Amino acid sequence: MSNQEQNSPVLEIRSLSKKFVKPLDFAGKIAQKLGSNIREEVVHAVDGVSLHVNKGEVVSLVGESGCGKSTLGRMVAGIMPPTSGEILYKGQNIASLTGEDAREVALKVQMIFQDPFASLNPRLRVRDIIGEAPLVHKLTTAAEQDDYLDDVMLRCGLDPSYKRRYPHQFSGGQRQRLGIARALAVQPDFIVCDEAVAALDVSIQAQILNLFIKLREDLDLTYLFISHDLGVVEHISDRIVIMYLGRVVESAPTEELFAKPNHPYTQALLREIPRLDARHADFTPIEGEIPSPLDPPQGCHFHPRCPFATDRCRQEVPQLKSVAPGHMSACHLNEG
Amino acid sequence: MTQTVPTLQVENLQTQFFTKAGAVTAVNDVSFTVNRGEVLGLVGESGSGKSVTGFSILGLVDQPGRVTGGKILFKGEDLTQYTEKQYKQLRGSRISMVFQDPMMTLNPVLRIDTQMVEAIRAHENVSKAEALQRARDALGQVGIPSPEERLKSYPHQFSGGMRQRVAFAIALLNKPDLIIADEPTTALDVTIQAQILYETQKLCRETGTSLVWITHDLTVVAGLADTVCVMYAGKVVESGKVDDVLDNPKHPYTEGLIGSVPSRNKRGQPLTQIPGMTPSLFNLPKGCSFRERCQYASDACQQAPSISKCEDGRLVRCHRVEEALSHV
Amino acid sequence: MAAAVQDDGINPWRTFASDFAEKKLAVLGLIVFVALIAAAIFAPWITPQNPYDLNQIDFLDGRLEPGSVGSQITYWLGTDDQGRDLLSGIFYGLRTSLAVGAASTLIALVLGGALGLFAAYFGGRVDTLIMRIADLQLSFPAILIALILVSALGQGVDKVIISLVAVQWAYYARTIRGTALVERRKEYVEAATCLAISHRRIVFKHLMPNCTPPLIVVGTVQVAHAISLEATLSFLGIGVPITEPSLGLLIKNGFDYMLSGDYWVSFYPGLALLITIVSINLVGDQLRDVLNPRLKK
Repeated sequence: MSNQEQNSPVLEIRSLSKKFVKPLDFAGKIAQKLGSNIREEVVHAVDGVSLHVNKGEVVSLVGESGCGKSTLGRMVAGIMPPTSGEILYKGQNIASLTGEDAREVALKVQMIFQDPFASLNPRLRVRDIIGEAPLVHKLTTAAEQDDYLDDVMLRCGLDPSYKRRYPHQFSGGQRQRLGIARALAVQPDFIVCDEAVAALDVSIQAQILNLFIKLREDLDLTYLFISHDLGVVEHISDRIVIMYLGRVVESAPTEELFAKPNHPYTQALLREIPRLDARHADFTPIEGEIPSPLDPPQGCHFHPRCPFATDRCRQEVPQLKSVAPGHMSACHLNEG
Repeated sequence: MTQTVPTLQVENLQTQFFTKAGAVTAVNDVSFTVNRGEVLGLVGESGSGKSVTGFSILGLVDQPGRVTGGKILFKGEDLTQYTEKQYKQLRGSRISMVFQDPMMTLNPVLRIDTQMVEAIRAHENVSKAEALQRARDALGQVGIPSPEERLKSYPHQFSGGMRQRVAFAIALLNKPDLIIADEPTTALDVTIQAQILYETQKLCRETGTSLVWITHDLTVVAGLADTVCVMYAGKVVESGKVDDVLDNPKHPYTEGLIGSVPSRNKRGQPLTQIPGMTPSLFNLPKGCSFRERCQYASDACQQAPSISKCEDGRLVRCHRVEEALSHV
Repeated sequence: MAAAVQDDGINPWRTFASDFAEKKLAVLGLIVFVALIAAAIFAPWITPQNPYDLNQIDFLDGRLEPGSVGSQITYWLGTDDQGRDLLSGIFYGLRTSLAVGAASTLIALVLGGALGLFAAYFGGRVDTLIMRIADLQLSFPAILIALILVSALGQGVDKVIISLVAVQWAYYARTIRGTALVERRKEYVEAATCLAISHRRIVFKHLMPNCTPPLIVVGTVQVAHAISLEATLSFLGIGVPITEPSLGLLIKNGFDYMLSGDYWVSFYPGLALLITIVSINLVGDQLRDVLNPRLKK
């Protein structure tokens, strides 16, 4: 992990954006024609985000609801097409690939989901849930499928004799293992974890996190770990990227970020995570609510809640700039 | 601590559900005490019985469940003897509640002011103007900006965090002696959670309201609570002062839970984990329910352990502690 | 790490059966319905007379009262103007009615279901196109559309089925689209997309099985609807041909004699139609309750 700098990125994202447009209905269109100032609702879920993940790295994407982290993850995993920008896998632009190449890259990037219930098809047996894709993509044959599945299931801490069961017969933690096994069954090397432990009980969460750590070592995996939980993130990641309302506000190696958070939002987040050793803490919350992504503030998105906001923050969007080696932050205050 | 009657004293509470598949004891021999102005953290994982304990205190356990044993002493009065009518008078006035989903207390088709005024006048004979004034104050108290305008809004016009604050404001309206909050910040963002924790803490200090905070999150309890009860499979396995329990857990389950909190562990290293999973209440192991997941389990654990009291006043349900104490 | 699986040991089919059996009336409906189906299937073997075999019909036995004894057999429900045994006629009529109802429902269900699934999964223009046609169709009374189609296509069992399918597919398309829109957003569909599984496979293997319960409910109720529509068409004389009379046609045949006091020629086929429709609806209502997760305790 020390020679990360020399590694080429497995995944690189260049000014990726996603807009969701809610088109006007018929009545709305007529009203617009008649001169009403009614307009289509546009949400910039992800707004010009660039980042890279090196081989073997765990990069965490942290933010609160509506910050676009899940949308970003879905674009990376190929579930949603980006509105603009590029996603490069090992230097190849994913959008430019077709046919067999596209499929190969699609399988190399897999996703693990938040909800251990909704993410498994309730009508399929375990062997079909995990075994469908490898069979369809000819990673195994029908004759060898059983052995193939046994391997994957054992790796994820599942008893292979459960292959004939349905998802509802498993507990939350085991379902999450099923989801992991399903992703691993197509031999990916990049995994997007979207809040993969958020829905689990504390003791089960620890088991799954340990599994992630073990799989990373065994299979040489690279993770994009999406979470709102800084405690979990601090434990598992090498580098952290903080997002707020669709934009990256800060990115830094984990120790650096926790030791010297630069952006006021990061500082507030770190101050406000409840900790075991912070007893009878005096909570000192930042003011205000997260603004609606439908109508984000001008300039720096964080300025209405920022105690240090100036006129410049209200007008001009701050750019991500290096504040220390490997440490980027998007805040006007850094320029004095 | 002066010798006054505690706000809430739960003694050997037992709540059972009578289902088609047989009777299930969701809350089993649970006891704890909450004094005036104190915050109790009731901690457990899903299925531990923490929420049912809350519902039992409020008399809100629905069929096919009911409280089948023990006492719930609220300022010395036993709530298990209360009729539904008496409970109705009590809830919302002297005891109030906040749920994970604020829409459980808010009516989606009524304006906030209507709901709040109704909540006050249901328990007290005050004029509408006075009730409105109190509603306004309560909204201000929980940190809602421009309460005057917000009173005229409908619940759907609030964000999730604001809605939860309104739920808190409604809970506070009649200056209750006790608030029972069931995972009220679990669904909220970190910054919003911090705001609500801050307001709650301030209110308890200022008004002397006692609080039972039901949660799965030990870190929230660490910051907020004075005392903590750890529940496992329907029973309290350890209870005591927050500092004692979190710094020096005596029950192996508590120890495991604390070990599972990621920020306590070295980065990238495996977390200390509790093996296995929470047993189904239909199919609890004989003896100590935690036996099968416990690294210290011995033959003695085939028998259900009883509660032992440690020198710091802590209560632990474990044979190891029992043994250690008997050797002293 | 080998944690035990929570095996609740509950067979989903058994739960389904016991849930269904909770309402006695529904069970009665099911029994009656099954009996009617059996009667229709086995009609050639169990009826005392084949009403379409001229050798077995005695024209002199025309319009005999129920219970009268004819030249060869006892007519328990009487005879019609041609001297045909009404009981036998009803059994044969059921055959046509049920077959038309079931066939049209099945075809409409498959067609409408597939269209609705595609509309929901692909969204956008496909969705708009399919659903606007469905809306257009649903905005006219079913009977009107069926009437127009049958009179345009001409008589015949196949033509009646076609027009019934045309009337009904939109219900299924709309029902399944609603469910599929919810299911489509679930993470298991995203997971399948991520695993580069083809659209066709996602729609039919992942989406469809999760959208069928409401379709089954609508389907059951629609069988009854189809049967009564067909009966209406036949009663108006533009449905099935006289060579394959359905219950509706039997009612029409006797209708002329209603006022002259020979009520039975119309009444018993009508009663049979009523019992059929009520029993199907009883089953359908209970299916809706059992399959609706929101009503589950």
